[in-house]
Formats: sequence, C-alpha cells, structure tokens
Amino acid sequence: MQNRDLFALILIIVTLGLALAINFAPNNNFLGRDVSARLGLDLQGGIQVLLRSADPNATAEEIATAAGVIEQRVNALGVGETVVQRAGNDRIIVELPGVANPEQAIETLRGTGRLEFIDSQGQYLAEGAIVRTSSSPNPPQLLESETVTDVNSLGPIYQSITDGADLDTSAVQPTFSQGGTLGSRPAVAFAFRGQSAQRLASFTAANVGRPMCIVLDNVVVSCPVINAALTDGSGVIEVTTNAERDQIFNKLKYGALPVPLVIETSRTVTATLGQESVAASIRAGIIGLVVVALFMTLFYRGPGLIATIALLIYTAISFAIYRLIPVTLTLPGIAGFILSIGLAVDANVLIFARLREEYRRGRSIRNALELGFVESWPAIRDSSVSTLITSIVLFMFGNSFGVSLIKGFALTLGLGIVLSLFTAVIVTRTFLRLALPLFSDERAWWFGVDRRETPPPAATAAS
Amino acid sequence: MEHLVRRRYWWFAFSLLIILPGLYMLLLHPLVTTGRFAIGLRPSIDFAGGALWELRFPETTPESLTTDRIAQAFATAGFENAQVQLSPTVIDGRQIAAALARTRPLSESDPNAEIEAVMAALNSAFGVVTRERLESVGPTVSAESTRSAIIAVLGASLVILLYLTWAFRKAPHPVRYGVCALISMLHDVLVVLGIAAILGVTIGLEVDALFLTALLTTLSFSVHDTIVVFDRIRENLLNRHPAETFDDVVNHSLVQTLPRSINTQLTTFFTLTALLLFGGDTIRNFVLMLLIGLISGTYSSIFNAAQLLVVWEHREWRSWFGRGRRDEAATAV
Repeated sequence: MQNRDLFALILIIVTLGLALAINFAPNNNFLGRDVSARLGLDLQGGIQVLLRSADPNATAEEIATAAGVIEQRVNALGVGETVVQRAGNDRIIVELPGVANPEQAIETLRGTGRLEFIDSQGQYLAEGAIVRTSSSPNPPQLLESETVTDVNSLGPIYQSITDGADLDTSAVQPTFSQGGTLGSRPAVAFAFRGQSAQRLASFTAANVGRPMCIVLDNVVVSCPVINAALTDGSGVIEVTTNAERDQIFNKLKYGALPVPLVIETSRTVTATLGQESVAASIRAGIIGLVVVALFMTLFYRGPGLIATIALLIYTAISFAIYRLIPVTLTLPGIAGFILSIGLAVDANVLIFARLREEYRRGRSIRNALELGFVESWPAIRDSSVSTLITSIVLFMFGNSFGVSLIKGFALTLGLGIVLSLFTAVIVTRTFLRLALPLFSDERAWWFGVDRRETPPPAATAAS
Repeated sequence: MEHLVRRRYWWFAFSLLIILPGLYMLLLHPLVTTGRFAIGLRPSIDFAGGALWELRFPETTPESLTTDRIAQAFATAGFENAQVQLSPTVIDGRQIAAALARTRPLSESDPNAEIEAVMAALNSAFGVVTRERLESVGPTVSAESTRSAIIAVLGASLVILLYLTWAFRKAPHPVRYGVCALISMLHDVLVVLGIAAILGVTIGLEVDALFLTALLTTLSFSVHDTIVVFDRIRENLLNRHPAETFDDVVNHSLVQTLPRSINTQLTTFFTLTALLLFGGDTIRNFVLMLLIGLISGTYSSIFNAAQLLVVWEHREWRSWFGRGRRDEAATAV
C-alpha cells in the first residue's frame, strides 16, 4: 500500500466516522451542537408568510423596527426553529413550523399593537367592530374593499384620547380584574406615560358614569363604563378568555409596530400532509438508491460495487452535513439530493467507462485505472462547474423570491456536486487501488473489463 | 460501425417532430382558440397570484364529490370562479375524497375571516372538511417572481455560455463549441416548455416556481452532457490520424461516449422515476419535467450539439436554401 493511499484511506475513515457520529449522535447533540435534522415547513407542517407594510411610504428603519418587534413576539410563542427575516426593502418573512393554529398565530404577530382609548360620544360600540380613530383614520381593514370610493362613507372618526406610542410596555402585565359585576376575569394591565396619561386622566375625570371604548388596532376590544378617574394613566383591559388575554398581551408587550403590516403571501401546510411527504420521499430515496446500486453492480461488477459503497458513504456524509450546517430539508431539497445521487454516479460512470476503454487498448490494469481517472477528470470538472453555476443562480433567485423551496433544491444539489467530487474521485479511487492486488487476467470479469480488440458497436455497449 | 453523424438530418428532424407541436401549443394555440396572442403556459399562483386550497373530505365518498358542489361552496363564501380539481388519495388503504381549488388571493389585511367563511361554507355542505394546504400569493409578489424568473433563466444561460467559451478556449474554434452547446440548450428549453404547454392543455399542468427550477436544472444538465461529448471530441481532434475526417472524429467520439451517456442517463432515470412513482403528489410535476429535461438534454448533446459541429465544419447551411431545407440551426446560426 502506498503512502498516499494510506493517507486517503485514513481521511475516508475519519470523515465517515465523523459523519456517522453526527448522524447517530445521542440526543442529536454532537460536541454541544444541536445536529437534529431540520425539516422544512412542507415536511413538518407550519406557515410561512410574507408581510408587507400597508403604508407604501414606510422607511427602512420602520420595517427594521417592525421586524424586531415581531421577532420578540415570535420568541414569546416558544416555538422552535422560527424565522423572522427582512426580505428586500419593505417585506418581512416569518416562518412558524409546527404551530397548531398557524393563521391565528400570524394574526396576533402582525397586529400593530396600537392601544387607543377613544371618546365614543357616550355610545357602546360593538366588540370586534372596526372603527376609525383620529390617530388612525384609514385602517387597512376598511380600505381593502375595492368598492370604497369615498372615505367619508366609512363611518365617523372617533377622537383618540391616547396615543399608542405612549404605552409603557414595561407596565404591560397579564392579570385578573378584581371583582366587578362579572366576577374575576382575565385582564391585561397597562399604563400610559406623558401626554396620553394626562389626557386619559382628565377625560375619565370628566366622564365618570359614561362609557369609553378601548380600541386595539382599530378593533373595539370593549367599552367599559368609567367608574372613577384613571389619574395615573394606568388601568386594566378586561377580556373573556385566557387565550384572548394572551393575544392582547403579546401584541402590547413588545411595543407597537411603527407601521401596520398586511399579509402579502402565505403558505400553510398541515403536519399530516408533511408526514405523508416525508414517508413518500424516504421510500422514493431508498428505492432509487437500491435500483442504482443494482444497476451499477450488474453493469460494472467489482467497480460498480465499490461505486455503490462510495454512494453509501456519500449519503452518510450528505446527511451529516445537512445536520451540521444545518440545511433545512424540504421536498425539492430531497429531490435535489436524489438527483445528486445520479450526478455522483455519473462521475464514476465516466471513470469506469474510461477504465474499460484503456484496458481494451492493451494497457495494464494499473495503468488503465490511473489513466481512467486522469483522462476523465476534465470532463467531470467542467460538467460539475456548469451544474454548480446553475445551483448558485437558483440559490440567489430563491433568495430574492422568498421561496425557501427553491433554495432548498439549489443547496442540496450544489452541496451534492461538491461532495460527489470527493466520493467519486477520492473514495472510489482509493478503494479501487486497494482492490488492485486481487486483479488477475483470469479474474478480469470481476473487474468488469475484458480484452476485446475493437470497441463494440454502440448498441451492445449500451445494453 | 453505425455512423451516427451521417444521419444527422434524421436526428434534427426527430427534434423538430417533438419541438414543433410544443411550439404550436406554446405560441399559436392561444391565438387560434381565443384570438388573442398569449404564451400557452398555465401560470400557477406563484406567477399569476391567487390562492390554492388542498382539501380533504373524510365524511364524503369520492363518488359523490363533484367540482361543481365545491365551487358552489366557495362562491357562497365570496370566492367566485374557483377552479376545482378532484384529487382522491389513499390513506391507510382507504380512499379519501380530496380536491384542489384555485381562487383569487386572500385578503391582505384580514385573511382569517375569509378562511373561516370558506371553511364554514364547506362544512355545511360536506360535513368535516380538513384544510391540508393553503397557499396565497399576492399580485405584487407574483409579478416580481415572474421578473426574477426571467432574469434567472437569462443570467444562468449567459454565465454558462461564458463558462463554455472559457472551458473550450484551447479548442480550435471555442465560439463554435459555445454556440453549438447553446443551441442544444435552447433545444432542451423548447422541448420542456413545449411539453409543458401540451400538458397544460391536456392535464392542466401549471408552471410554478418548481417548474422553473426544473427548467434551470435541465439547462445545466444539458450543458453537463454536452461538455462530456465535446471534451472527447477535443481530445480526439488533438490525436487524430491524418486519414480521419472531421466527421469520423466526431462519430468516433460519440460512439466512445455513448455508453457513458446512456448509463448516466439510466441512473438518473432510475432515481427520478422512483421519485415520480413514490415521491408524493406535491413534487410529481416537478420530477416529471426534470425527467423530460434530462432525456432531452442527453439526446441533444449527442444528436444535436455534436452534429451541429459537423454542419458548421462543412458550412452546410449554404446548400439548405437551395434545397429548401430548414431546421432550427438555420435560424439560430
């Protein structure tokens, strides 16, 4: 055994050992790093939304602030592997995997969180009604319907007493209201600062016994009767259920969004459908691998078997890398991986075809082997580069697009190409060199080579 | 030995046989049927905007479910003109009624109210209905996607062309190789687009972001195959016998690379077919288009790209017009 073969063999064994250690790490923890397999939304279920500012004149800072607030709200949900990312100038991508009621969760997250008290002119407004207020006269909910031609037809504009920006978020707490006619109910405590606190104090002092409406993002939460003046600008918002309280709390706790956001694109997949997809892709992957292994072994015999072993090593390393980076696996991502199996084999096919040819030309098996690798290298290199270019273009395209599906495909395909260069060239070559001492002219059949003088016609070569 | 190069016009004719019906569906069919000029591809919600609902009806027998009844339920919830397609699936050995519905996009400011309205309408018509998937793409996003899709295809082609010219810089006519590879790439794009247009009319295949991915992958695989063939031609040209003609060298190279081309094709074919048969519905069209693209890519590298080199070597187009023969090379060169 030559030194370089020994070195290559050690490299292969170490790499494979590492890969297996990562793939079968106990508790998915490898040297303190979480190496569990990440599944995309299409495989584990969840929601992806693209949020855009409802106000076209929103500045980049406002969007950045909004993304920060949303991120805090997302973290408060306590769901793993969430994504909050800015896309372009005016968009935010939010991904929530494995949430039970994804649309509802998104609705809470994107709520502006602008708490207002309005002077309802002594009326009790219906809970859930959308109202126009002086600080937000044209809520996006009302403007969307295309039939609106005259904004005055949308209803009266109520005078805002407080400004949402003056809310003291550190005072926002979940609580229970004390007694009252309905007994103890879930509630959220709040406090206003500055101007808003003063206005709230003077308004409530002048209107004891009359209703005042609490409005969150232009939706009426409730219209309680003022029992006493709120002199320090603080109070509680009573609601009916704990879920409702948590929603309001989450919207208020991390401050208001500087701009209202609308949902431009949303993609939801249930966990059921995701699991079915996982099962289907695993089945397809195994069947594909087995068929390729059979084909390679039957057609190229010994080298084919070695290529199959290289392919298994390739698969093990691929998955270890996916876990390590981590690469989020999506359905197209798995398709990209399965396609890259074909590419990994292609390099071997090129080499073996060359090996056969050189052997037929009368070279010794050792020379034929080395020539097979040397002569097929330019073709392997050039063709890999062209596929690599395409995966890079796809990756960038997927990025500008906010579609994680395409990025997943590009990433697994691109990684597959780089990795298959390693397995197809180094692994196969080392194993073949190590197997060479077993070769003799009588056993040529096992190496899938023979000494026919002329290359056979195309038809039989392909059979 | 079979002389592949001598029959080159047969191979071109076969390509045309595949491409021309596709081109008709792609460019002329919309004009003939609707009287308006349009591209004969069915854009999915990724490019046209809209919402896609995947629904399952566990309490309804597959036979009693009709597209009209589902569309009716959507209409009562404010989604007129829903395009519904039945897609019964088998879960745990039991046939489950399921459907895909395509509608206008959800409201941007209050999508949940609309979702609830649709589900309420469906529940009152069919009992329990589960919503397995719901995608909604707004009009701005879809317009941007279309734009970046075109940029991606053009950008990838340009970079690949530059790379090809660079890779063959030492060959006698690098531009010639680049252009021939580009023509065969164009061939594959036309085959994939044409078949997509035909399938769009026959089975309602939609062109989505994944289709575009398949198209770009086809491009790279086509070049991949062409490079392998050209690489062998380049090598054989350097060591050619004085008696060998250019045709012989190309033919010789093709015969040498044929086993590799077919074997590589077969292994990818196996893996993709496994994915097509067992990989689930969501990516079935994607895998189908990949498969078609790969087959076309292998064919065009052997039977178009290399053959065009021969055509170019002899400058055969000078005699085409005299005999009235045309093919795609005539317009592209």
